[in-house]
Amino acid sequence: MEFLTDVGNIFLKYYPQLLQGVGNTLLISLIGTVAGLVIGLLTGIIRTAPTSKNKFISVLHKIVNGIIAVYVEVFRGTPMMVQAMVIYWGYAFATGGSTLPLIPSGILIVSINTGAYMAEIVRGGIISIDKGQFEGAMSIGMTHSQTMFRVVLPQVIRNILPSVSNEFVINIKDTSVLNVIGVTELYYFAGIIKRMNFQIFQTYLVVCVLYFVMTFSITLLLRFLEKKLDGKENYTIFGSQTNPAAEIRFDKGDK
Amino acid sequence: MENVIELVHLQKQFGDHKVLEDINFSVRKGETVSIIGSSGSGKSTMLRCINLLETPTGGEILFHGENVETSPMGVSQYRAKVGMVFQSFNLFNNMTVIENCMVGQTQVLKRDKATAKEIAMQYLEKVGMTPYINAKPRQLSGGQKQRVAIARALAMDPEVILFDEPTSALDPEMVGEVLTVMKQLSESGMTMLVVTHEMAFAKNVSDRVIFMSDGIILEEGTPQDIFDNPKNQRTKEFVGRDGSF
Repeated sequence: MEFLTDVGNIFLKYYPQLLQGVGNTLLISLIGTVAGLVIGLLTGIIRTAPTSKNKFISVLHKIVNGIIAVYVEVFRGTPMMVQAMVIYWGYAFATGGSTLPLIPSGILIVSINTGAYMAEIVRGGIISIDKGQFEGAMSIGMTHSQTMFRVVLPQVIRNILPSVSNEFVINIKDTSVLNVIGVTELYYFAGIIKRMNFQIFQTYLVVCVLYFVMTFSITLLLRFLEKKLDGKENYTIFGSQTNPAAEIRFDKGDK
Repeated sequence: MENVIELVHLQKQFGDHKVLEDINFSVRKGETVSIIGSSGSGKSTMLRCINLLETPTGGEILFHGENVETSPMGVSQYRAKVGMVFQSFNLFNNMTVIENCMVGQTQVLKRDKATAKEIAMQYLEKVGMTPYINAKPRQLSGGQKQRVAIARALAMDPEVILFDEPTSALDPEMVGEVLTVMKQLSESGMTMLVVTHEMAFAKNVSDRVIFMSDGIILEEGTPQDIFDNPKNQRTKEFVGRDGSF
């Protein structure tokens, strides 16, 4: 019984710190995942763009592709904890002692790291789209970029959502490594609380539950979003007598 | 009659493999030309070259006498004038039927949305697909998808439509509904170039038939010439089979 009281007391006594930790963890992983997805989409678009007939653009394209390849390999091939140290202290070293603010540093590190994974996820998503979708668009005169933005990317985003959700969950957990540079995320506060109450097991159990609540809620939320994006399984017959409201529908965002 | 499309010494090579040797022919306005021949004879490749989905490795494609690869019109605007219907439909999976028929109009022809919708509805009605405008491609049967694909091509007001084995992926019951639409289209005066294995269509609907074999045009003529009175031995063998075994 005493154990349960201890756990309860940790919640009651340290809830401001715990909440701040949860908030920062969510903030860093959310922005990090979204920014990572943007990086992934950009690099995916660049890497799958057709070779330009213009010599200069074609050479430039090759160079950018090379840079992207190096970026992806380096950031996938090293631990995020080490990347955090190198970037944070590298900035301090380069500027002769000044440091970046902590939360933005954390967001930056998670974004760059996630971007490297997203780059591969998006590239895979674009490659997996049937060639016929490109040909169908080209056959009515759509340019490559029109095809990308109107036809291909909407399908890619839907198809990679499970992977994006996976990255988000990984990020919620992996922001814990940012405590090495002192970012005030949940794991960082666990260390502080533990040092104040010496109840190591109870403290980390509470933190464990909080992490799980975060990851599981995000999983459920994104699964709901996936279903939403798939739309209805049935469709309204145009001019249907049984449904007077039947008329042409347009998807949201379609102007 | 004026030539809409003219192929002059067209060649296509994939690596060392010559798919098209030396293709010369022209399509006049309002004509329906069927291209027949066994698989691997280069029919589809030729059609894809006309739409520049494949880049020719030799010769020229002329559209109203102008080389399409160097034309100031640009590839996009050229493609908008030359519609294409594929064996695998290639409807946009993320769009409804009506959106499929509108996106090219708004993006390529820069029509406003209301006009695009009106035109799309007009052609969807022609192919009998108005009840399904809100459906996504995955909710349609093969024959319905192909009819939408034809409406999508028509909505661009093309001068010629290329059909690449439009019924080959359909079961026998659905072949009829697509061929009916194509027949009506042909009768309405649309210029059509049809790669097909439907001999009855080639014989009864087209004005001219081209028989291809191993990357060259072996024989060309009216359906009567090709089917009733073939001169070439290969053509004879090809059209002589009655389909029984």
